[in-house]
Amino acid sequence: MKAVVLEPRRAPVTNRPPRMSLAARRALTAYAFLVVPVLFFVGIRILPTLYAFGMAFFTDNGHGPTLANFREMLADDTFRRALGNTLLYVVITVPAQMAFGLVLALMIGRVRHLKGFYRTVYFLPYITSVVAVSWVWRLMYDPNSGIINEVLGWFHIPAQLWLRDPHEALLAVSIVMIWQNAGFAMLIFMAGLEAIPRSFLEAARVDGAGAWQTFRWVTWPLLNPTLVFLAVTGVISALQTFTQIENLTGGSGGQAGGPLNSTVSMVVYVYNAGFNDFNLQYASAVTVVLFILILLVTLVQLKVLNRAYEY
Amino acid sequence: MARRASIGVWVIHVLLWIGVVVVAFPFVWMILSSFKSVPEFYQFHFWPKQWDLSAYRQVFTETQYGRWYLNSIVVAVVVTVSELFFASLVGYTLAKFRFRGNQLIFLLILSTMMVPTELLVIPWYVMSAQFGWVDTYWGIMFPGLMEAFGVFLMRQFMLGVPDDLLDAARIDGMSEFRIFLQVALPQVKPALSALGILSFLGNWNAYLWPVIVVSTESMRTLPIGIGMFSTADNGGLQWNVIMAMSTLAVIPIVILYFIFQKRIVEGIALTGVKG
Repeated sequence: MKAVVLEPRRAPVTNRPPRMSLAARRALTAYAFLVVPVLFFVGIRILPTLYAFGMAFFTDNGHGPTLANFREMLADDTFRRALGNTLLYVVITVPAQMAFGLVLALMIGRVRHLKGFYRTVYFLPYITSVVAVSWVWRLMYDPNSGIINEVLGWFHIPAQLWLRDPHEALLAVSIVMIWQNAGFAMLIFMAGLEAIPRSFLEAARVDGAGAWQTFRWVTWPLLNPTLVFLAVTGVISALQTFTQIENLTGGSGGQAGGPLNSTVSMVVYVYNAGFNDFNLQYASAVTVVLFILILLVTLVQLKVLNRAYEY
Repeated sequence: MARRASIGVWVIHVLLWIGVVVVAFPFVWMILSSFKSVPEFYQFHFWPKQWDLSAYRQVFTETQYGRWYLNSIVVAVVVTVSELFFASLVGYTLAKFRFRGNQLIFLLILSTMMVPTELLVIPWYVMSAQFGWVDTYWGIMFPGLMEAFGVFLMRQFMLGVPDDLLDAARIDGMSEFRIFLQVALPQVKPALSALGILSFLGNWNAYLWPVIVVSTESMRTLPIGIGMFSTADNGGLQWNVIMAMSTLAVIPIVILYFIFQKRIVEGIALTGVKG
């Protein structure tokens, strides 16, 4: 049997070229290179994504798909708090860090000396460990042993509770986020500003435009893609805020997201529901909501960036 | 006119210096606080009267800090190497080979960029619990071994590698894998180093997934170690010890930044431009 199959193959053992074409052999090489990565992406990213959706739409009793988790969410005050807080983080931090970033980039663009020094100092917070700097800020905010109240005292401003005051805690966390992210915005703005052709700015000057007019009518419109990029990445990362909150307002007598849930974000809420209360299905459902929010922001970005610009 | 301009520049320098003080202050405070003894800590001297090393001694004698440091290094290095290898291999293959399914595979990988880590940590946790990956290096590392963004970036750069160069190597009889390794890779070094540094920083600072998958003290990475030590409510916060830990965790990042400053800035700008 076997011999019969092999026979016709053995026959043309002359000096004919191999039957597999060059293209086919190269395709085979490509598949060999890709098999492990493709399995990885399917197994570690794609299937888990589907699994998360599956978990969100099923409950423990396993009687088909249900919206029970989502109904529970709507009825849960802490979830509404988490959603509201998360949107507050977005609204407070994104415009602020972009404004600081732009002002810094414009100022550094005007000086000739110490450019690299300024850039380094302003950018360092962005790359250093979020956990480490969160604890430094927590120390500085501390009502008893913190330097911030001490400094406020010099100006006769009464001491604040900061992270321990439900009315101030979210703002205090936001300040740390702005402090960390402004340097990133600065760096991207610096790149965006450099990309603006000198001739445009010179043309404006020749036409008699002042500094403000040049900025308003030349620089600002040309920075548009940079602004969109920073707004979108800023919103997405603010939607995912977790580490700062966990380390600024967690433990030591208060649960993360305290006091009184005043700083709890959606991811903190997911973490508490999933890994403190071990309600993984419910936590999955919350991540699905988060995913949809992020997707919406991304779609808006694609829509805006694909719009043609005319100079 | 020139005089007015120079006054303007001086004002800008003053403003920038105020910013420098504000931005750098937490770092300075962190370092100074780590050298204060507990009683001195509560006296609000800016400068320590006596440089006290007891906080650093405590870090290494009373906690498993050395082990956490090692864990962080292992995780960050292995993940970075793996990410670079696979991102460039897949990017190269997608850019330089024509075969059925090329576009499909590219889209499949790209689509994973849309999914936030938060959605994935729960399934990953379930997987890890089932396969016994909880509390292992593999468990901490597996999600990061390949990243879609890296593939995307490397594919863009590999498109620019001249085909003639690769064909010449083929005529010389090099194997396809060696062509990738020895001909294509050296052509995209700048992209590799930018991606490598970003990946290292990201993994060095990673918090959400490690805090979920790690359960024993000895398997913590640095951020988890610092966070857990600080929140563990054992008789009040030892602030000077926490500051010593934080200082030690930030040092490698600062060193890395000064060595690779140009590459880091390039890398960030690259991610900025490519979105």
